[in-house]
Amino acid sequence: MASETLATRERRGGLLGWFRADTFDGVRRQRAILGYLFLLPAFIGLVTFVVGPMFVSFGLSFYRWNIFKPPDPIGIANFQRLLTDSRLPGIYANTLFLVVGTVFITQVLALALALGVTKLRSRKLAYFLRTSWFLPVLMSGAAVGVTLSYLFQREFGPINYYLGLLGIDRVPWMTSASTVMWTIIITAVWKNLGFIFVIYLGAVTNIPQEILDAADVDGAQGWRRLWTVTLPLISPIMLFATVINVIGAMQIFDEPQIMTRGGPGDGSRTAVMYMYEVAFKEQEFGYGSSIAVTLFIAILIVTGIQFLLSKRWVFYG
Amino acid sequence: MAGTTTTVVRERHTINPLDRPWGQWLQTAFLIAIGLLTLMPLLWVISTSFRTLRDSFTVPPVWIHFDFDFSNYQSVFDTIPFLNMLKNSFYYAGGAVIGGAATSALAGYAFARLQFRGRGVLFWVVLSTMMVPGQMTIIPVYILMGVKYLNLVNTIWSLIVPSVFTAFGIFLLRQYFRQIPGDYEESALIDGANQWQIFRRIYLPLAAPGIAILSILTFNSRWNDYFTPLVFINSQHAMPITMGLVELQGEWSTGSIAVVFAGIVLSVIPVIVVYIFGQRYLLEGLMMGGIKG
Repeated sequence: MASETLATRERRGGLLGWFRADTFDGVRRQRAILGYLFLLPAFIGLVTFVVGPMFVSFGLSFYRWNIFKPPDPIGIANFQRLLTDSRLPGIYANTLFLVVGTVFITQVLALALALGVTKLRSRKLAYFLRTSWFLPVLMSGAAVGVTLSYLFQREFGPINYYLGLLGIDRVPWMTSASTVMWTIIITAVWKNLGFIFVIYLGAVTNIPQEILDAADVDGAQGWRRLWTVTLPLISPIMLFATVINVIGAMQIFDEPQIMTRGGPGDGSRTAVMYMYEVAFKEQEFGYGSSIAVTLFIAILIVTGIQFLLSKRWVFYG
Repeated sequence: MAGTTTTVVRERHTINPLDRPWGQWLQTAFLIAIGLLTLMPLLWVISTSFRTLRDSFTVPPVWIHFDFDFSNYQSVFDTIPFLNMLKNSFYYAGGAVIGGAATSALAGYAFARLQFRGRGVLFWVVLSTMMVPGQMTIIPVYILMGVKYLNLVNTIWSLIVPSVFTAFGIFLLRQYFRQIPGDYEESALIDGANQWQIFRRIYLPLAAPGIAILSILTFNSRWNDYFTPLVFINSQHAMPITMGLVELQGEWSTGSIAVVFAGIVLSVIPVIVVYIFGQRYLLEGLMMGGIKG
């Protein structure tokens, strides 16, 4: 037995011996087969529900297809329609405004909160504040939308009541085209602030105290230390937080859908809401897909630009 | 000596106003103000949900009161099939958690610990699907769910099945499996364990924190999902709770908001419970850029 080599053992086992666990090659083959088996469920699912549909979406954007008629290949007509669709510039302007407004306010506030809360002496107060900021993150967009639609209500809403005490006239938060996007921005900031804050809190607490002390000794304090030491140190996290904030904001749907249904007119309609309306209300799958494609490309471009620009300001120490 | 040097340096520079006592006080006031702004709407919801129908829309809003009226919570269940909707949400979120953990653990383990041809390419494919937003795929998936193919529209399965497969989950668990030392495997082999046992008995339990993170993120994002159900579900019996809240708002649009708020409170309780018990995992997961609800 002792003189038997691994190779002869393998040969003797026949076909099954190929996978025998007492030979090195057998183990290696077992593990390779197991690898494919383990990947199988995830791959079938991802191909069926993500990769496949993504390509089908691209394909569908070259068809006219509604629920009643069979699909009809129409070339680039859907994309020509996109260019001439008079509703689309306003809808994309809304989306852009929403993204810029939400991301800017959320990032600045979240960073300020993270820097502020780490300086608090009272642990209890810090814990209480962190929890308060985070609670809206736990809520569904639906719950937020329903809640804030009452809060912003023009006649009976608490917000207008308290503004009234300050002598401010009732603001038509959700019914005027000139204010409605601000209402959606406030809502989005309220909902997502805690999420971005948590990311910054992790970054700020991870800065080694020795570096901050060293900066103090070298005479960089306060604002100067913030600009020259703290911000460069957390700049990779700032890039990450901004990128996911932007991607999230480009896909905001639940809150405006529930609060305003896109109104007044198209005053608060975003690209995702328009895609939803075209595809599932008007049952125009082809044109809906072409809107989805533009949104996807927009997300890719914006994310790409952010990474390109990041070379100028992100510091990898 | 060192101490004196520091003092001298400090005196040379003007002190940041925010480090002065009143500056610090102002900062704390700002933090508390933001805290109140995020907290007030929630307090208002909870407080109003316990008011009588007649009092629920009073201006100014009453924040604290002691005349608790629980009838709104009863009305929630009388107006719409709320209990059934809670059940649907539990099935949706629970199914996504169990299925997602299973497929991601298997695939994550394969990518982290098993060697086979094409592993790098396949992992790259998985990563690239992480970039695809849900809205991009919803139209074809809706057609797939339709009568012609899977015929699952208007069932809870149309929500569960697609959410079981997550590139993020695979990525997350791969990271966890990679952190576990490979020595365990050799000793297990010597003890006569087979490859499945090595995965199931040794590596899977050690990846438990990763599975906890994935489960909590998945639970929250599916429990809070409104977009997918809105597309796939249109009859009340199959609706999850998020759609239920909007139904409730529609039912009571001319009546009282107290019932709607009672519904909101009930719908948020499960995620609050998950937050209380799984805070550490949830926060860690979010910091890794988890799936957002």
